[in-house]
Amino acid sequence: MPGAMTEAPTSRSGRDGRSVPTEVELPGAPTTSDAAREHFDALVASDERIEPRDWMPDEYRKTLVRQIAQHAHSEIIGMQPEGNWLTRAPSLRRKAILLAKVQDEAGHGLYLYSAAETLGVARDELEALLLSGRQKYSSIFNYPTLTWADVGAIGWLVDGAAIVNQIPLCRCSYGPYARAMVRICKEESFHQRQGFELLYTLAHGTDAQRAMAQDAVDRWWWPSLMMFGPPDAESSHSAQSMAWGIKRFSNDELRQRFVDQAAPQAAVLGLRLPDPELRFDEESGHWRYGEIDWSEFRAVLAGNGPCNRRRLERRRAALAEGAWVREAATAYARKHPLVSGAGLGTARQPGADATPVVAAGTAPLGSPEAEATPAGLATPGATATAGATATAAA
Amino acid sequence: MTADAASGHPGMDGARAPATAAPGSEAPLGAPVTSPGLGDEPAGALRDAARAYVLGLGDDALILSHRLTEWVTRAPALEEELALANVALDLLGQARGLLERAGQLGGPASTADDLAYLRDARGFRNCLLVELENGDFARTMARQLLFSAWQLPLYERLRHSNDSALAGVAAAGAREAAYHLDHAALWVRRLGDGTDESHRRMQEGLDAVWPYAAELFLPEPFEGGLVLGALVQRELAVDPAALEPVWSATVHQVVTEATLEVPTGDWRPAGGRQGLHTEAFGFLLAELQSLRRTEPEASW
Ligand SMILES: [Fe+2]
Ligand SMILES: [Fe+2]
Repeated sequence: MPGAMTEAPTSRSGRDGRSVPTEVELPGAPTTSDAAREHFDALVASDERIEPRDWMPDEYRKTLVRQIAQHAHSEIIGMQPEGNWLTRAPSLRRKAILLAKVQDEAGHGLYLYSAAETLGVARDELEALLLSGRQKYSSIFNYPTLTWADVGAIGWLVDGAAIVNQIPLCRCSYGPYARAMVRICKEESFHQRQGFELLYTLAHGTDAQRAMAQDAVDRWWWPSLMMFGPPDAESSHSAQSMAWGIKRFSNDELRQRFVDQAAPQAAVLGLRLPDPELRFDEESGHWRYGEIDWSEFRAVLAGNGPCNRRRLERRRAALAEGAWVREAATAYARKHPLVSGAGLGTARQPGADATPVVAAGTAPLGSPEAEATPAGLATPGATATAGATATAAA
Repeated sequence: MTADAASGHPGMDGARAPATAAPGSEAPLGAPVTSPGLGDEPAGALRDAARAYVLGLGDDALILSHRLTEWVTRAPALEEELALANVALDLLGQARGLLERAGQLGGPASTADDLAYLRDARGFRNCLLVELENGDFARTMARQLLFSAWQLPLYERLRHSNDSALAGVAAAGAREAAYHLDHAALWVRRLGDGTDESHRRMQEGLDAVWPYAAELFLPEPFEGGLVLGALVQRELAVDPAALEPVWSATVHQVVTEATLEVPTGDWRPAGGRQGLHTEAFGFLLAELQSLRRTEPEASW
């Protein structure tokens, strides 16, 4: 998409050689010296990155865990609506693109769980919180994919909205999260381009294909706008997150940015956005849009969207049905401690570039060097395949 | 190719004197124009056999890839979501290359998509092993082990084929198959030598898929051995029986290391290469083709 990556992530400031207060070496250590707090405040004020070994306020850590976990859960639950069409993709090329995309999302999830682990929470703890409903995932994935065109609409609108949300996170004050977002944003922009191209093909195809594309956009437009969260006046966590450098723009600012991008793109597609009030405002240079139905947003958030139960049920079933497999991997690793790759997390990714997958929890996300060595990240195969199919799609 | 096949000039075994000059129609097979003719084979028979052979390999990759995509969002761990999708993607890539090549070899001209989406079940030539339902993770890994242990040595030989399209797919495919084999073998060992439950499931999975491997080594169901011999000589095919010793060695080693029993019994179902599939196959194909067939001529 044009302009999807306009904000380049800022480069990390060099922090080598600065002294770390010795009494707060452990993440999560409750003791606080004034020096440690001052150090944290100074880093945030000068827009530098906080690293896992740095002292941080408890609320900062909690906010990050909640946000990163919700993001990770969204990646994983988000595999379901599109995965729904994998076995029916209408050409081998589309099937390869979709499979690579869904695989990318699994990689994003894995990668984000690793980022959360640098804050001292394990993946299975977070998964338990998801299944018990105490942590959320993006409500957008509680809508069903009813036709093939929905796959295109998700790529164009949902990945598109995700990019607008996530580009500023590449400058998030927490280093591991910021670095994860740099990589994820690159892949999301492939996804958006592929979705747009899919919709474009349908919109310029037969009458039935065109109708399918329009119907998908009709159903996905409003939920996509809701992805940016409640209006600024009602957003509960925004102010503090802004102060901490976790959030950079308000919900409404990001939503406006998205509408400004999507409206002209819809014209290129030759599809109508289902908002009679949508119009370009010459004076402000922005697209004005109609009232969002926040009662729908709240209902879906409360668990009453079309697919909430189904999505969690699938995730719960996958984890439950795979328990014996994970137990076997653990038992095998205990029996064969010297066999490389005996443990689950060290499984090599077939078809990748032979880079071993780094076990969640040992991923180098916690170190700033990770930024310079993307090959050491969790999903070598995913990048290779997404890149390859994106090229093929061009 | 086997060492001797690769060193000798293809087709030059001297057993049959060419009756006529090689028909020009053989050139697309990739053989040098100067290559000897095919004795008294009808001109089209070799191409038809080559098409059928490559189609079988393409169908194997397509259908196994499809089965593996059924795992997506259901894998036992996120790492396996990635790994299974990777294997499926590799196989899909192979299928695209092989089906495209098959579509160029005789018969009505067809694209890879035509062959995948617009053929009926009876026209599919994949082996039965790849279409078997996934079952649990142990059964899926058993199926993958038996398949990849066959596909790797097959591709290692075909990569030297003088059909450049086939050789290209096989060269990339051999690298991929080596990873698939490693991945499946690792899981068979983990599950076989893991917990009591995983051991039991792994043995059951292996027992369930084992009989279907025999089909991989049967002579291709062309007319007699004659055409297959000609394909083998021209490095367009590998004699299936020649792959059995290396397959057997690989599989026996993994199964033994996994503390499992090599299944016995002499039930050897076959027929996939003749389009005689399992009952489950029709459902797989119905799903795969359903959307495309609504508007087969449209661009998707
Ligand atoms: Fe993602
Ligand atoms: Fe995405």
